[in-house]
Amino acid sequence: MSDQTTCGVPAGEEMLRVKDLETQFRVDEGVVRAVNGVSYSLREREIIGIVGESGCGKSVSQLSIMQLLQRPGKIVGGEVWFEGQNLLEYGPKSAEMRAIRGGKISMIFQEPMTSLNPVLTIGRQLTESLELHLGMNKKEARARATQLLDLVGIPSPASRLDDYPHQFSGGMRQRVMIAIGVACQPKMVIADEPTTALDCTTQAQLLELMLSTIDACKGSLVLVTHNLGVVARYSQRIYIMYAGKIVEQGLCRDIFYRPRHPYTVGLLKSVPRLDEVRGHRLVPIVGTPPNLIDLPPTCAFYPRCSERTERCLTEPWPDLTAADGEGHLVRCYNPAERTGE
Amino acid sequence: MSEVFVMDAPETVAAPRVSEWKRFLKILFQRKLVVFGVFVLLCLVLVAIFAPLIAQYDPYKNDMAHSLQSPSSQHWLGTDNLGRDVFSRLVYGARTALEVGFGTVAFAAILGVILGLLAGFLGGWTNAIIMRAMDTLMAFPMIVLALLLVAVLGAGIQNVIIALGVATVPGYTRLMCGTTLSVRENEYILAQRAIGAKSLRTMVRHVLPNAIQPVIVLVTTMLGNVILAEASLSFLGIGIKPPGAAWGSMASAGFRDLGTHPLLSFAPALAIMLVVFAFNMVGDGLRDALDPKLRGKL
Repeated sequence: MSDQTTCGVPAGEEMLRVKDLETQFRVDEGVVRAVNGVSYSLREREIIGIVGESGCGKSVSQLSIMQLLQRPGKIVGGEVWFEGQNLLEYGPKSAEMRAIRGGKISMIFQEPMTSLNPVLTIGRQLTESLELHLGMNKKEARARATQLLDLVGIPSPASRLDDYPHQFSGGMRQRVMIAIGVACQPKMVIADEPTTALDCTTQAQLLELMLSTIDACKGSLVLVTHNLGVVARYSQRIYIMYAGKIVEQGLCRDIFYRPRHPYTVGLLKSVPRLDEVRGHRLVPIVGTPPNLIDLPPTCAFYPRCSERTERCLTEPWPDLTAADGEGHLVRCYNPAERTGE
Repeated sequence: MSEVFVMDAPETVAAPRVSEWKRFLKILFQRKLVVFGVFVLLCLVLVAIFAPLIAQYDPYKNDMAHSLQSPSSQHWLGTDNLGRDVFSRLVYGARTALEVGFGTVAFAAILGVILGLLAGFLGGWTNAIIMRAMDTLMAFPMIVLALLLVAVLGAGIQNVIIALGVATVPGYTRLMCGTTLSVRENEYILAQRAIGAKSLRTMVRHVLPNAIQPVIVLVTTMLGNVILAEASLSFLGIGIKPPGAAWGSMASAGFRDLGTHPLLSFAPALAIMLVVFAFNMVGDGLRDALDPKLRGKL
C-alpha cells in the first residue's frame, strides 16, 4: 500500500470545515438531537475516520453535509465550508447543491444490495452522473463507464454494462457503487459503512480498491464506520462520536495508543486484537446508548462511564480540550491517564 | 493483506441465466384456467376487430318482418323484438365492451399513476390533498358514483368511460401511492439524490418503474370489473342506449321476452360472464407471474 493509507501525518490544504453542525428530527415524542454541535475538518487527499455506535449521529452528520436529510430531519445550526462556500446557504434542492452532490462530493452507501436500482442496467446507472455533471453524450459516457468498471476490477466490463444488478454478486455491486462514487472524479468521497454488508475477505479487497481509486482521482475520504479495525488501518485522523457529539479526536496513533476518553478506551477494550495476551477477555461497554430525545446537558456517557466523578453530574458536558499529542482533543472532566497497552 | 488484493478472485455469478420473458410465460401458462382466459380474450379481441366480417347482418337495422325469431341457419341466435340479428349485435357488443374496458382502464390508470406517484413521492401537502380527494371518491360505491356521473354527463360511450374512469381512479392512486412510499425509502433513491439528480428525474426514471408493477395486475382485474360495471349501467338503461350494441342493454331489452325467447337475455349475459371470468383468470395468472418472490426460479 502507498503511504497515504498508513497512520502518517496528513498533508495538503484544508478543503472541508464543518462548524457546530446541529441536526434534529422533530417527532411526536419530542426532538431527537441526532447531531449536536459537530465540528471537523478534512484536508486534500486525507482520509479521516468517524467512529461510533449505531445511532450516535455519524451517518446523519454526513447526510446533513450533503443536505440529503429526509423529513422530519432538519439542520438547525452550523456551517459547512467547502472550497470557500458555506454549503448550508444553498437550499437542499438548489442547482448549486445538486452540482456539488455527485460532482464534487460523492457518497458510497452501506448496502450494495439495495443501493442499485433493480430495474435499470448497470450501464444506465453508471452513465447517469457522467451525463449529469460532465455533460457527456451517451457514447462518451458509455466509454467512460466501461473504463470505470474495468478500473474497479469487473471482468469483461463492456458486456456487463448491459446487465442488471441482480446478475451481480454483493461484492461486485459494491465495486459498481465505488465506480459510481468516483465517476466524476470528486474532491471528496463519503463512505458510509462501505463494507459492513460484505464478508471479511471481500471487505479488505474492497477497501483497498476504494482507496486506490480515490487516490487515483486525488480525492479525500471520510470513512464512517463502527469498525475500529478499518479506521486503524487506513485513516490518518479519527473522530469518535457519542450521542451526537465528538468526544475525542486526534491522529490515528494517538487514538489507538493514547486514548483519553473513557468511551474510546471502552471501545478499544471491546475489540479483539492480534497482539493481545492469550486468555485476555474482551470487556464490553455496559449499558446502552442514550435516547437522543431529552438529552441531559451533562455528559451523555455518564450512565455507562467507568471514570465518572461528582463533577460530571453537576456541570454541563465539557468542551473539547487539548490532550497530549498533535490536535488530540478530548471532551471529558476525568480523562484516562493511561498511556498505551 | 496485500496478498489478498493480488489474488482477487473473480466474483462472477455462475447461475444459469433464465430469460425473464420465458420464465414469465412459463409461470403464466402453468394454470389451465389462465390458458383458457387468454384464449377467450384473444377471441374477443379478434371478434371486436373483425366485427364487420363476422356479423352477417347490420346490428342496428330493424327488420320488423322477422322480429323475435328462434335460432335458425339464417339467424344463429335468433332475432330480437325489432328483428335485429342477435349474433351480430353480440359481435358488435364485443367492440363496445372492449372500447369501454380499455378506454376506462387507460384513463383511470394513467391518471391514478400520476396522482399516486406525486402524492407518494412529494408527501406533505400534496399527499394530503390528493389522498383526501381520493378518500372522498372512495366513500361512494363505484357503481353509484358512476351512475351519478352518467346521469350528469348524459349517456354515450365517451361519458361512460369518463364516469367509470373517475369512479375507479382512487384504487389506482392508492395502490401507486403505497408502492411509491415504500420504493422511495430504498437506498438507491437516496443514492440517486446523492449524485445530484433532480427530483422529477428521480421520480420518473427510478421510482415509477419500480412502483408500477402492482398496477399492471390491477389493470387486468379492473378490466373485468369495468366491463361488468358498464354492463350494469347499460342494463339499468343509462349507459349505452339502444340502438347501440351493448351486452348490458341487450340483456335488459330481452327481459320482456324472457319466457318465450330466453336467448335474448342469456346470450349477452353469458358473454359478459365469460369475458369477466377470463379477465380475472388472466389477472390472477399475471399476479403470480410477476411475483418477485418467484423471480429467477424455474
